[in-house]
Amino acid sequence: MSASLEKGLNALREVMDAPIASFFSSCVHCGMCADACLFYTETGDAKYTPIYKLEPLRRVWQQEYTLTGRLSRMLGLSKPVSDADLRNWSELVYDSCTLCGRCSMVCPVGNDITYMVRKLREGMSAAGHAPEGVIGATKRTIELGSPMGVKLPALQAQIRGQEAETGLSIPIDVQGADYMALLSSMEIINFPEYLGALARIFHQAGVSWTLSSEAFEATNSGIQIGASDIAREIVGRIVTAAEKLQVKHVISPECGHAFTALRWEGPNLIGRPYPFKVVHILELLDELRTSGRLQTVGKEDAPLTFHDPCQIVRRGGVVRQPRALLGEVASDFREMSDPGVWNWCCGGGGGVSANERAEHLRLTAFKRKKSQLDELGVHTMVTACANCRIVLEEGLEHYNMNVKVVGLTELVAEHLVEQEAGK
Amino acid sequence: MSAMELLLWARGPGLGIAVAIFLFGMTLRLFEIYSLGRKTDLAAPRSPTPGSGWRTVFSRSLPYQGTWHRSGLTVITGFVFHIGLFIVLLFLLPHIKLIHSLTGLSWPALPTSLVDLVTVLTLIALLVVLVHRLMDPVKRLLSGFGDYLAWAVTFLPLLTGYMAYHHLLLDYTLLLALHILSAELLLVVFPFTKLTHTFTLFIARWYNGDIAARKGVAS
Repeated sequence: MSASLEKGLNALREVMDAPIASFFSSCVHCGMCADACLFYTETGDAKYTPIYKLEPLRRVWQQEYTLTGRLSRMLGLSKPVSDADLRNWSELVYDSCTLCGRCSMVCPVGNDITYMVRKLREGMSAAGHAPEGVIGATKRTIELGSPMGVKLPALQAQIRGQEAETGLSIPIDVQGADYMALLSSMEIINFPEYLGALARIFHQAGVSWTLSSEAFEATNSGIQIGASDIAREIVGRIVTAAEKLQVKHVISPECGHAFTALRWEGPNLIGRPYPFKVVHILELLDELRTSGRLQTVGKEDAPLTFHDPCQIVRRGGVVRQPRALLGEVASDFREMSDPGVWNWCCGGGGGVSANERAEHLRLTAFKRKKSQLDELGVHTMVTACANCRIVLEEGLEHYNMNVKVVGLTELVAEHLVEQEAGK
Repeated sequence: MSAMELLLWARGPGLGIAVAIFLFGMTLRLFEIYSLGRKTDLAAPRSPTPGSGWRTVFSRSLPYQGTWHRSGLTVITGFVFHIGLFIVLLFLLPHIKLIHSLTGLSWPALPTSLVDLVTVLTLIALLVVLVHRLMDPVKRLLSGFGDYLAWAVTFLPLLTGYMAYHHLLLDYTLLLALHILSAELLLVVFPFTKLTHTFTLFIARWYNGDIAARKGVAS
């Protein structure tokens, strides 16, 4: 894909819609979105004000989609967006935005700023101004099947390991299973115990499930970089595999943006509704809990808290479920300040963690999470996103903090009522 | 042109021209927004979402507690001058009489002394808003000519109205003419500045609430 300014601007024209026009028409430049953004609060640098990150998109809207803007452009009173403008905005659009959605909750006139950053990225990537790290991850997904270059043999090795660990068989390519589970590369490489946890939970609950050898990777860097054509291809692989196996449900792993890609963007990317349902693993676990199929025993006594992954909670609507599940396995659960849909991002979502040039800024932004944790004084933090988990662990290490990060699905699996007929 | 002639022009042709530009401009702006349309969302909503857009239209009027804490000055001055503007615009007796003559609608007025107090508070709030905009790095970065123009055309009708009522500095007839002209300037500038938010924020909030509600989040 050869990138150019013209392609970038065309991509912006393509995404322009009534919501975007209503948002820009309504902005009163009050700056309250800055106070909602951890990249601003932790740096104090005004350029990280969320609405300011949208300047190139706003200018295209104003100059081409309003009468007054068109007139002033004709009279030479405003300059069209140049390639240099887009290049200069790359840091603001990619490094200092995790698509966390907090600004969209705060804006008094109701602007969904995150919605627009996602759209602006379409133009930025088409113009060739996406960061190298995210481009690399995207290339690997297209060529190798996963952003971290994880191929089937690597998964098979982890399957064997987890089968030995749990004494259960992990089904793959089972035709007609109820659920097809997906993983993120992070889980395959760093947290294979997630797979073991699934096997144990589904065994106990009697869930008919399978993995697919053709589509096991759920992450989608196409939506992070802002390349709908690539995002469509990645989602398409999953849809094809699920249709081939004729499953009724596809399970999104804990990974936050994978859920957004699959659940909310996917049908729009491929241009049709799915013949199956997408559920997030936490939704499924909570469903099993309420129907009595998931039985746990004992509770963690140590005080612990929950880090809400933005794409699962604020942008995904899975708010109640993690708390209900924690209630089953923890006796001293404590909410952080600004919990649930108001939580602060780990600082590495939306492709930021794959973007090397953003590392320093990301660690600075982590001070927000650090102060939340310092205030709470808890030494265990549960979360439900493999990317958050890595980013949190890096931040905790960087600031020498004594906090352990635990995946919620694994925590639930640790408290399963063990059954006799396990082997 | 004498002050009386100016007043007559402002009350007659001036008002007609200003209202016409305002109506044409706002219709154009709304057309520019809605004509872009939007794609149907093919992702199944978490649950049916009727009314969610409307809920956000109302709920976004009150800030989240964390917003109070972090953006207190913006929130407080914002509330004061918006509520003040509405009270002065809609509950001052001469304004009600004007609206009655134009539309036939009428409602009880608030005591003039109270509206006078509200005017002073609103003027103060608007001055604080201006200073805040000039001093705060975020607001200053976001601000351009349009922001200061919108501020000025909002401030002037209040100021001239206050001066006319108290017979300050200039002749009453001239002040009244200037007051009406400044309100007409507001109407003319309105559709082409951020003042459009008065109407478009309902559209923006509706989309925001609808988009979030499909995902199961009350925004």
